[in-house]
Amino acid sequence: MAAEEMTTIHEAAEKLAQREISSVELTRAHLERIDKLEERVKSFITVTSELALKQAEQADQRIAAGEAGPLTGIPMQMKDVISTKGVTTTCASRMLENYVPVYDATVAERLLLQGAVLLGKGNMDEYAMGSSCENSAFFPTRNPWDLERVPGGSSGGGAAAVAAGEAVYALGSDTGGSVRQPASLCGVVGLKPTYGMVSRYGLVAYASSLDQIGPITRDVTDCALVLNAIVGHDPKDSTSLRQPAVDYRLSLEEYAVSSPLAKGGAQGGPFRLGVPEEYFVDGMQDGVRESVQAAIKTLEGLGAWVEPVSLPTTRYALACYYIIAPSECSANLARYDGVKYGFSYQDTHNMWEAMERTRAGGFGPEVKRRVILGAYALSAGYYDAYYLKAQQARTLIRRDFDRVFEQVDALVTPTSPVVAFRLGEKIDDPVEMYLIDVCTVPANIAGLPGISVPCGFSEGLPVGMQIVGPHLSEQRLLNIAYAYEQATQWHTERPTL
Amino acid sequence: MSLEHAQVEQIALLARISLTPEEVELFQGQISQLLEQFQVLSELDTTDVPPTGHAVDLQAVMRDDDDEDSLDPEDVLRNAPNPEGEYFRVKAVLEE
Repeated sequence: MAAEEMTTIHEAAEKLAQREISSVELTRAHLERIDKLEERVKSFITVTSELALKQAEQADQRIAAGEAGPLTGIPMQMKDVISTKGVTTTCASRMLENYVPVYDATVAERLLLQGAVLLGKGNMDEYAMGSSCENSAFFPTRNPWDLERVPGGSSGGGAAAVAAGEAVYALGSDTGGSVRQPASLCGVVGLKPTYGMVSRYGLVAYASSLDQIGPITRDVTDCALVLNAIVGHDPKDSTSLRQPAVDYRLSLEEYAVSSPLAKGGAQGGPFRLGVPEEYFVDGMQDGVRESVQAAIKTLEGLGAWVEPVSLPTTRYALACYYIIAPSECSANLARYDGVKYGFSYQDTHNMWEAMERTRAGGFGPEVKRRVILGAYALSAGYYDAYYLKAQQARTLIRRDFDRVFEQVDALVTPTSPVVAFRLGEKIDDPVEMYLIDVCTVPANIAGLPGISVPCGFSEGLPVGMQIVGPHLSEQRLLNIAYAYEQATQWHTERPTL
Repeated sequence: MSLEHAQVEQIALLARISLTPEEVELFQGQISQLLEQFQVLSELDTTDVPPTGHAVDLQAVMRDDDDEDSLDPEDVLRNAPNPEGEYFRVKAVLEE
């Protein structure tokens, strides 16, 4: 099977089970594809060819022994913010350029236990701070649909690799939209689970109350399969939820019938979908608006009951996010002192100078900007006006969602107000860049799950629809997304490379 | 709300990160612009609204105090920029 065929996990797993292909063949095909495309796409920081082939051999043995799981032998990419034992984990930062973790993140451990094949580590905005992948200290990743454009961010490497056929799926992390927005801009599926569903142990911290790991896949079934593998309580993460195990894939097939959304809503009747007017912001591109509105019509045609709803606190979400996230970041990144690991300025005897210069040399401009902004928001005299105010706004935003989820089962919105933009177009203007996150940050602020699915094209570039639900409604979101996917062909479109 | 140069320098000192004069200039402008945007929050009446630290209700968790293998010191020190024997070497903390 050639990587160009851009198989899904479930198709590949079937071929592996039938012995039509081996994991070694599948892995080799992807490594060849990476070899061929990386010069142009640049979605990997590290390619782990030898490790991948070794893992593929082991996977083939497991398959032969009849001990394969749904992800056994499937080649994937992991964002370079997720710790992988023995494999450099850089966070796309000079600070960690040579850092080799001594333990696996819980998600890495879980995937490897299932026989996943790690192709390498995905490019990203430095420390996951950014919306375009241009803040990588090493190189920007390019959008496979148009190499002059960004793939989105911060998990841009993962979305680009999946869209380009370099990996069957990827793991990203989402603090303000960093899985959903690049998925949208690259025409693939991306899910941010409910806060606490997936362990953050081994995920290098950016903003701890917002960070959550999620899958980037070619379709909704694959999303469910990866979610199955990574969720679950972890005693190593104090914010990890205790939820009974659910097979997210199991119920999807029920939504492959006609009018699948006419029943099964939370009230027993049709799915009730709310369309919040506040998400159709000024400055949204017409092509995005039209694609999402057409998708909403499709959902209605599938039996869903669609109604307009209002979330008046939406206009405060960006300010709330861009105070809370940098504040948490300024605390989290204080650990980089040049002593235990990472870049270290040694050319002085003064401890403070060493620390100050370590950070000056190790961090890029966006990271410095957020550390300074966060330290300011937390500093004496400004704490109440910024950090406390933002945390109170966070309560009001949550209450707004609580109220609207009494009315509807889920919300349908655009994922990003714009399609992929040109490299360099917004990088010098943080205010402009931060506006891109307007539709995605509210879910992080409220800890809600959200999924982005391809829903059309504008100017030849993919558009994504976001579906957001109450806490722990992943199954519901996947069901709605699956029903939509079955009725449309967008997820089968592939870029020409 | 605009930020003075001296404030950026003061915050950089508190955050222990040295900035070039060009960075101070750049951040002074950009952060001032962002603070301006944040003023939108002043529209919100937050009287008696409790702050949210985490969006999902969490409880403090305790685990049993079982002994487990810890990380191997040799492995850990391999990432250290300036190790000495089994130790991380740090700059003098107390002035002579």
